[in-house]
Amino acid sequence: MIPAAFEYYRPTDMAGVLSILAEHGDDARVMAGGHSLIPMMKLRMADVPHLIDLQDVGGMSDITVGADSITIGAMVTQHDIIDNAELTAAAPILREAALQIADPQVRYIGTVGGNVANGDPGNDMPGLMQCLNASFTVVGPDGTREVAAREFYEAAYMTAREDDEVLTQVTIPLPAGGYAYEKQKRKIGDYATAAAAVQIVKEGGSCVSASIAMTNLSDTPVYSDAAGAALVGTAVDDAAINAAIAAMLGDIDPTEDNRGPVAFKKHVAGVILRRAIARARSRA
Amino acid sequence: MSNKKHITLSVNGKTEEFLAEPRELLIYTLRERLNITGPHIGCETSHCGACTVTIDGKSVKSCTMFAVQAEGAEITTIEGIGGPDDLHPLQEAFKEHHGLQCGYCTPGMITRATKLLEENPNPTEEEIRFGMAGNICRCTGYQNIVKSIQAAATEMNAAKEAAE
Repeated sequence: MIPAAFEYYRPTDMAGVLSILAEHGDDARVMAGGHSLIPMMKLRMADVPHLIDLQDVGGMSDITVGADSITIGAMVTQHDIIDNAELTAAAPILREAALQIADPQVRYIGTVGGNVANGDPGNDMPGLMQCLNASFTVVGPDGTREVAAREFYEAAYMTAREDDEVLTQVTIPLPAGGYAYEKQKRKIGDYATAAAAVQIVKEGGSCVSASIAMTNLSDTPVYSDAAGAALVGTAVDDAAINAAIAAMLGDIDPTEDNRGPVAFKKHVAGVILRRAIARARSRA
Repeated sequence: MSNKKHITLSVNGKTEEFLAEPRELLIYTLRERLNITGPHIGCETSHCGACTVTIDGKSVKSCTMFAVQAEGAEITTIEGIGGPDDLHPLQEAFKEHHGLQCGYCTPGMITRATKLLEENPNPTEEEIRFGMAGNICRCTGYQNIVKSIQAAATEMNAAKEAAE
């Protein structure tokens, strides 16, 4: 499997990246770990005449845990997430999700930035970032802007990032309460048949806030405001969980593929969300 | 398109320099350019792990990296781990515990396992299965692969203790 020929660039700063993007427009693509892009290039499903390798740009490999928020550079790998004790103490759901992505080899190379910027509905980090109400920093010729994860995804592989922009950082408000990232997949390395990211805050036995997002059940990740709202003000009992699942099922829009027909995916989505809420509740 | 890049990398301690098109995948560089045929091409779609090598301390599927990305990197393949006259404890254990049947996945398995044991010298069976999840054995000989890695871990820990 040999990809089509391309020009390779390895700029050493962001200005260099942006000037190549400005010159070649959508004929150019940036690459972090490449573990989503290279397989597509090998299959010749992605045509990338100008490939910009970000590995020498620098400044995008830090994880910083602050008083109110966490910042994660776009070049931070899934392995870095799993390996960072300070991050795990502050936001354990990140490690729980990262451990369910692909396999060890891929996690050494695959990055957070690539995972969230790619726009593949099968990627796990986008739903997770919507659950956590993260924002993405994108840098372009007109400067830097922030885009909420919940506003970023427009359709499969279509995002709010323009062709001449680069996603450089993810910022996550410090999460509180119980958490779970639950994923059903056919085998290690597969994308989710259904996955759910849940954060629940309880006070005095009652849920005061809940955030729920689903992975690979539409052409974008699905943040289900209604599912979270169904839990707020309840003891997160069975009736509330059933209401949250019903609300979530109203928000997803799965399509039939080799992971199963629509009815099966909706069934699995319900099972997975039930498990995720129960686990998040037990940790809240 | 004549856009060949000058690439320098180190494979098993030896510096290699060559000109290659950017689209040349590292597995082809190793096997066809450098005649290092230990890493195998199995699925060629980032799933099976037969092409696993160690690059700057990370287990990597060399079918999913362009050689040009590895410019300046230190690469270790199964050939750099041990040879017929100086088997690595993992190679010895795979031999002893029937950790291979057809042997096709073995170079990737052992290369990955060296890194796994480096990060976790005393893995449980579950940790071995999780840490080896990026390597597939078409003969389905997982039971003995796990047993081999456990045996190698015991052996390596005993040798380390004896040396201290």
